[in-house]
Amino acid sequence: MATLKDATAIAGIGQTAFAKRLPESEKTLACRAILAALDDAGIAPSEVDGFASYTMEETDEVEVAKAIGAGDVTFFSKVGYGGGGSCATLGHLAAAVATGQASVGVAWRSRKRGSGPRPWKNTAVQLPTPAQWTRPYGLLRPADEIGMLARRYMHEYGATRDHLFNVALACRNRANQNPDAIMYERPLTREMYMTSRWISEPLCLFDNCLETDGALACVIVSAERARDCRQRPVYLHSVAQGLPAQHHGMVNYWNDDPLTGPAWTAARQLWKQADFGPDDVDVAQIYDAFTPLVPLSLEGYGFCGRGEGGAFTEGGALESGGRLPVNTGGGGLSEAYVHGFNLITEGVKQLRGTSTAQVPDAATCLVTAGEGVPTSAVLLRN
Amino acid sequence: MGVNDSLLLPVADEDGAPFWEYAARGELRVQSCAAPACGELRFPPRPCCPHCGSFASEWREMSGRGRLWSYVIPHPPLLPAYAEQAPYNAVVVELVEAPHIRLAGNVVASADAPLNSVDPARLRIGAPVRAVFCPVGPDGFPLVRWLLER
Ligand SMILES: [Zn+2]
Repeated sequence: MATLKDATAIAGIGQTAFAKRLPESEKTLACRAILAALDDAGIAPSEVDGFASYTMEETDEVEVAKAIGAGDVTFFSKVGYGGGGSCATLGHLAAAVATGQASVGVAWRSRKRGSGPRPWKNTAVQLPTPAQWTRPYGLLRPADEIGMLARRYMHEYGATRDHLFNVALACRNRANQNPDAIMYERPLTREMYMTSRWISEPLCLFDNCLETDGALACVIVSAERARDCRQRPVYLHSVAQGLPAQHHGMVNYWNDDPLTGPAWTAARQLWKQADFGPDDVDVAQIYDAFTPLVPLSLEGYGFCGRGEGGAFTEGGALESGGRLPVNTGGGGLSEAYVHGFNLITEGVKQLRGTSTAQVPDAATCLVTAGEGVPTSAVLLRN
Repeated sequence: MGVNDSLLLPVADEDGAPFWEYAARGELRVQSCAAPACGELRFPPRPCCPHCGSFASEWREMSGRGRLWSYVIPHPPLLPAYAEQAPYNAVVVELVEAPHIRLAGNVVASADAPLNSVDPARLRIGAPVRAVFCPVGPDGFPLVRWLLER
């Protein structure tokens, strides 16, 4: 059977600044990130012939290709939805490059969420199916939808706000080491967390990701070509998407078991294709739009058993030097929230040895996309 | 205009419309497969049965009794009509006769009471509730809401 295992690699990464408000348009930010990634790889824009992004991405490949001076484009793809799509963009390009449909693929995400509109306020788009079953009752925002799962999770398994704080703190501590992070030099304490304002009980301010303007990009080429590029190749070892049976997206309340989310589905496929397992992961970048997604994902991807995700966070397990350092750039909670794309670039930095919170000799990294939505994940190795 | 009349109203699609038509008559009905050998309930409504593939469906009346499966207490920033009543509760209720059928809603003090009419301290996962119907908006759209049984 043909396999994508280590057939392609990330040869370049690029990003703009991250801020609550950037003056440039999403299109301009996208072009800056993509050109930076190509420069990082040492590949000319005219060689780009493949594109992938998310369906929630508003800059399209036609505009981007024109602006950066891409060549003839022979592959383009958009992964459904928002945050769940991040790692799948790499998977789509890997498949295209490995099968000869393209030779230089670019994946990107550009977003003005800090200064732009909140998607949840656009009720005209949301009220028909499926939101007719939830929005009228004031389940308006992702924080409300995930808060519902979080309370049930805490009830069933005894997870606590201290466990959620452990997640927020690990991300903030890493952001405090990362000059590019929005929360650089802004420490978080337990008291700040416990006394912060509620957003949707049981979730408080610090359980929520940052509102961010910014853009990021990755360049994917064949493993062979990557060895001749400017940077050390970071191989795509395994990539998976996951849309579980009877899944509903965000309001995943109608499964037999709503707490066994998309992570479980993606994980089964991810590990099936891999030469190693959860115990061999040196560092993980786990999608953290909300803190409870991290314990749920730790369970789903097999780092601990069912219901043990909260307890896993104890004793500094998620911190540098802990059992599984996570979100070493600060993650969506404290570096930037750009639908998880910064988790991918941080994974690449770890395997290049250039992270601001470098895990010594990191050779394998798990990156996950949104949990609670149709999702994706990738195992990176050097 | 009542406090609830500026809430968002469901925009029913073809599959969901019967749910709201029954609700307007004060009946809580859930879509079920009408194939004789199957009869599985399903929610949200959809064209065919995920168990057997049948396109035949009927709407089975429920007792309206349920238990709180989970709840949140949203605080602003929210849409204006909701911010006005915040903090309020939003809940998911599992039906007593079919616990895998779960409905979102609000626990209120009486059918047409505000979203914040019950002290959040009274909410507990597992608490028994029963359905009531509250006509909302200019056309009296029948929102399903929940009363604590004790
Ligand atoms: Zn059936």
